[in-house]
Amino acid sequence: MTPTPNSQYDADLHGWYGGAGSFGGRFMPEALIAALDELDAAWQKAMLDPAFLQEFEGLLQNYAGVPSMLYEAHRLSDHAGARILLKREDLNHTGAHKIRNVLGQALLTKRMGKTRVIAETGAGQHGVASATAAAYLGLDCTVYMGEVDTERQALNVARMQLLGAEVIPVRSGSRTLKDAINEALRDWVASVDHTAYLFGTAAGPHPFPSLVLSFVRGIGDEARRQCLDLTGSLPDAVAACVGGGSNAIGLFAAFLDDPDVAIYGFEAGGDGVETGRHAATIFAGSVGVLHGSRTYVLQDDDGQTIESHSISAGLDYPGVGPQHAALAASGRASYLPVTDAEAMEAMSLLARTEGIIPAIESAHAVSGALKVAQERQGETILINLSGRGDKDMGTALEYFGLGTPKETA
Amino acid sequence: MSTSVSVAFEKARADGRAALVGYLPAGFPTVDGGIAALRTMVESGCDVIEIGLPYSDPVMDGPTIQAAAQQALEAGVRTTDVLRTVEAVAATGVPTLVMTYWNPVERYGVERFAQHLYDAGGAGLITPDLTPDFAPEWIAAADARDLDKVFLVAPSSTDERIAMTTAACRGFVYATAVMGVTGARDATSDLAGPLVERTKRAVAATAPGLPVGVGLGVSNGVQAAEVASYADGVIVGSAFVRALLDHPDDLDAGRRALVKLTEDLARGVRS
Repeated sequence: MTPTPNSQYDADLHGWYGGAGSFGGRFMPEALIAALDELDAAWQKAMLDPAFLQEFEGLLQNYAGVPSMLYEAHRLSDHAGARILLKREDLNHTGAHKIRNVLGQALLTKRMGKTRVIAETGAGQHGVASATAAAYLGLDCTVYMGEVDTERQALNVARMQLLGAEVIPVRSGSRTLKDAINEALRDWVASVDHTAYLFGTAAGPHPFPSLVLSFVRGIGDEARRQCLDLTGSLPDAVAACVGGGSNAIGLFAAFLDDPDVAIYGFEAGGDGVETGRHAATIFAGSVGVLHGSRTYVLQDDDGQTIESHSISAGLDYPGVGPQHAALAASGRASYLPVTDAEAMEAMSLLARTEGIIPAIESAHAVSGALKVAQERQGETILINLSGRGDKDMGTALEYFGLGTPKETA
Repeated sequence: MSTSVSVAFEKARADGRAALVGYLPAGFPTVDGGIAALRTMVESGCDVIEIGLPYSDPVMDGPTIQAAAQQALEAGVRTTDVLRTVEAVAATGVPTLVMTYWNPVERYGVERFAQHLYDAGGAGLITPDLTPDFAPEWIAAADARDLDKVFLVAPSSTDERIAMTTAACRGFVYATAVMGVTGARDATSDLAGPLVERTKRAVAATAPGLPVGVGLGVSNGVQAAEVASYADGVIVGSAFVRALLDHPDDLDAGRRALVKLTEDLARGVRS
């Protein structure tokens, strides 16, 4: 957990990735700048404080179930014709990689003497993780969630409420993740003296992309070590799903300086990129500014954000973290779309071959990796299985026609 | 030819009063209806006009302005409509600014936007999510055309940042009276006075003569009078939007409400 040396993929002092004025930065109301500076200073100090790092590591191990195992998926490998390794973040407490980020940020909140946390959530995973960390550390917690998402992720709403968090459905705009972020920012502008914003992904204004990476980079560090232990060499390729991109950057960071490891991010292709109903921000978007950083954005000719579409609430976001934008622009990582149908097929396939039900978000990574495997027969592909599918059973039930007798063939 | 808003501030200062700055988003309730409404505000006593560029993700706006901007976007308002609105309002001779989130300008092209704004007679930009330290492109484009650059300071700003901001401003500096989003409030903020004091100190050191305008929460003549006692300008937005929202499908009634509100506020800044 020591800060890693600078590489071309780390931000400069102003939060730019890939050179000043390129991706990242801090496009924010002046009212929030002091809070971002305060957070930046507290985070930098904490990352150099052995006591903080020890507390964070201890919490991850004894509370969150980290390190998660690296699992060799033999039956899926047979199916793919490649050696498939799964980083089992789905087994973490609260069911996804998100717990790493919130424990880090909530510990920082305590250090800064703030008593309340707010968070946005799409699928509900970050909201549940935030509510969990808040409960564990005795902080008040308010979670903003698009109304559309509260409907498709009702189970996670209940979880957050049971954990003592207040869940506020957001009815503005497209009523999904981007609007939840807008509403959380509006709350924060008015509450910043006692409230910390637990940002849920490696996006947003500086220092959030770097800060979130510092708490999730254990995913890649562990996976790299585990892969070396298991196979004696590095994987030929790594793969992760990309919405905002926290699980992906957490995995990718450990392999960026290994030129022989190919890096793939899989975005939500929704109904298909050609239909316009998708969330493939890097693949089909353009450079713009959204939620405080310059990155790839789904936008129209006037710079208005276009609503994204995905069966997976956690990937249904029209922006993406600036680190991914920089990695795409430099060519170090490839970002490709996976449609709703392909993801659901992969969800079913993983369930039937390995007895593992992935989150629909993570199923995008599985599907994309299987496609990559067609060109990489016999190679080793490491997939971040970022979350479990329990929260998605309502969607799966409807999609596959489960739970009730089929009315039509 | 654009007129800097500082001209209007100087005129008000010469009259021994604060300037009244009125805001509406373009395209609300329609593009032409919005132009008519803004002209009504000019005729009734606004010294400076701010025209909002409706944006899909307005993080600094409360429910009132969000509702108006969303209505304008749903009706299909474009950036070019905003510039047309600027042209029509600036033609009255009243200095006219655009208040916009940054992405639409970046998408339009910073140089191109600055030129088209200048061509339309616009005075400059207010940028609620762009601070001077991330604005080199805009500052260069504005300076090349003598356009106003209005940046914001907040109660949470450090003295260093306030000085950095006032040094970069042209036209006036926008002091946000509360920690919060736009919207009418019952009482004026007790954070505004101290912020204006700090800002005036920075102005004296970095930009002598730069007026200080105060916005967020002002909705009537009494509040305007209170703010006018310590600021050079009083900025009102949500209350104007509310006057139109309260008269849906009846622009004439909405404009009568705007007249009444503008006159009340204009009396306030003169008391």
